[in-house]
Amino acid sequence: MRTVAIALTSTAVFFAAIVLVVVRSAGWPEVKQSFFNGAEFRSSFPGIASGFLTNVKLFCIAEVVILAFALLIAVLRSTPGPVFFPLRLLAILYADFFRGIPTILLIYILGFGVPGLQLSGVPTSEFFWGTVALVLVYSAYVSEVYRAGIESVHASQNAAARSLGLTHGQSLRYVVVPQAVRRVIPPLLNDFIGLQKDTALVALLGLVETFRQSQIDVAGDFNFTPYLATALMFLLITIPMTRFTDWLIARDRRRRQVGGVTA
Amino acid sequence: MRKVLTAVSVLTVLVAFVAATTATGASRSAAAIPGCAPSSLDLVKSGQLTIGTDNPAFPPWWDGQEKKGTGFKTSNPYSGKGYESAVAYAVAKRLGFKQSDVKWLAVPFTKSYAPGKKPFDFYLAQVSYKPVRAKAVSFSTSYYDVNQAVVGLKGKPIAKVRTVAGLKPFRLGVPIGTTSYDYIVNYIKPTSKPRVFDTLNDAVTALKNGQIDGLVVDFPSTGYITAVQVPTSTVVGRLPNQGKQEHFGLVLSKGNPLVGCVNKALAALHTDGTIKRLEARWLAGSAPLLK
Repeated sequence: MRTVAIALTSTAVFFAAIVLVVVRSAGWPEVKQSFFNGAEFRSSFPGIASGFLTNVKLFCIAEVVILAFALLIAVLRSTPGPVFFPLRLLAILYADFFRGIPTILLIYILGFGVPGLQLSGVPTSEFFWGTVALVLVYSAYVSEVYRAGIESVHASQNAAARSLGLTHGQSLRYVVVPQAVRRVIPPLLNDFIGLQKDTALVALLGLVETFRQSQIDVAGDFNFTPYLATALMFLLITIPMTRFTDWLIARDRRRRQVGGVTA
Repeated sequence: MRKVLTAVSVLTVLVAFVAATTATGASRSAAAIPGCAPSSLDLVKSGQLTIGTDNPAFPPWWDGQEKKGTGFKTSNPYSGKGYESAVAYAVAKRLGFKQSDVKWLAVPFTKSYAPGKKPFDFYLAQVSYKPVRAKAVSFSTSYYDVNQAVVGLKGKPIAKVRTVAGLKPFRLGVPIGTTSYDYIVNYIKPTSKPRVFDTLNDAVTALKNGQIDGLVVDFPSTGYITAVQVPTSTVVGRLPNQGKQEHFGLVLSKGNPLVGCVNKALAALHTDGTIKRLEARWLAGSAPLLK
């Protein structure tokens, strides 16, 4: 009881001290007016919220494609035997390359470069190329997550499956990948939180999504409060997702422990 | 190709002309403004007028050969060439500063209105006055009354548009932080959302690539775009003013008393015809006004 009281008091004193230092600083009135402006927040919020729908659409499409594409890369990378070496090499090169270059550069290169070729039939849509860039980069990350999952499944599982007469493909499909995916759901969701935030980078191509909308408002009114509104939009979606991930991990642990006791 | 050559030769002639006129301008002494002597002003660095602008700074607002060491790309604010550089030096001279007392700083647009101590005495980069903006910074009076204009590719459907309403079906783009965006959203109201780019350069690239049909910028900026950056483009037309005349003002930190002296200097430059003369020299050109 006493420790709780001490913890509460010290927390209160700590945060009160920070607030005091900020609020009593010479520049506070100016900072308050330009970062914490109620009127500005209210006027910019509807536009920022509707811009966020574009982000949601973007990451929903990207996540579905990434889940499939990254699994393909991870499976290619875990193909056995010398014959499939070229496939493994391709998968390795892919992951190295797209994890290695900054996302922002890839968005620039694809979004302005490819339409610049003026090839007929090739889309010029900024939404399209922004999504492609994010899919390419995040598939590289997610494929590594999958691979870690696949490698974490004990080799005896695969051996047992093969001894029952399953082919390598069947063993992957029915034995290894289902276990692997379950294990990597938390890091997978972690990557998706990263992806959701990176959708703001597509603004670079001229697409007016939530971040660009806030930039427009900031530059239009010389007031930084709209950035707070955008931050809030992202938190509204990433925090529940983080909590959900934690819950999944806890549930999975519970289930496995139950299984361990009864088996 | 011929177009580019003509444009280049026109520029060369202009540069020579200006070099000649600034030389004569320097010898003319301006009447000092009472209460605004450089020594009495509260400046970022005393005895020196520190002026900020964006980098790269484009013609016709800025001109002159890029110079190593200044940090500025595409043009050289120290040259006194280009409309804004010329206006800034004219203001400095009115206030009683020598040409060598002026120091230029590359300042990103966002930094010009961020809270906190400003690194410049004033900032100019085609910043339009808006009442809501004046809550964060102090603006001088107008040094240029601006009209927006639309640039499109030659031979494309947008090039034939003659009315503001005719722009509705097109994909329009703007650089971020411009009042051109407000104009599109409030008065053109296109069927597809306007694209908003980080820089004028990105917007110009999108126009060149056909990712947008029309680029909306202030009219004087269209000259450099159509002559140098995208020779296949043309000015579709100027956009008529809606409501109050839009103008550019010098940006100062909120409540900076220097604004009084700067305004007096600008008033004098308007009265003696300097502003008009500089406009004619740097921002000449015409295009049909859309109805």
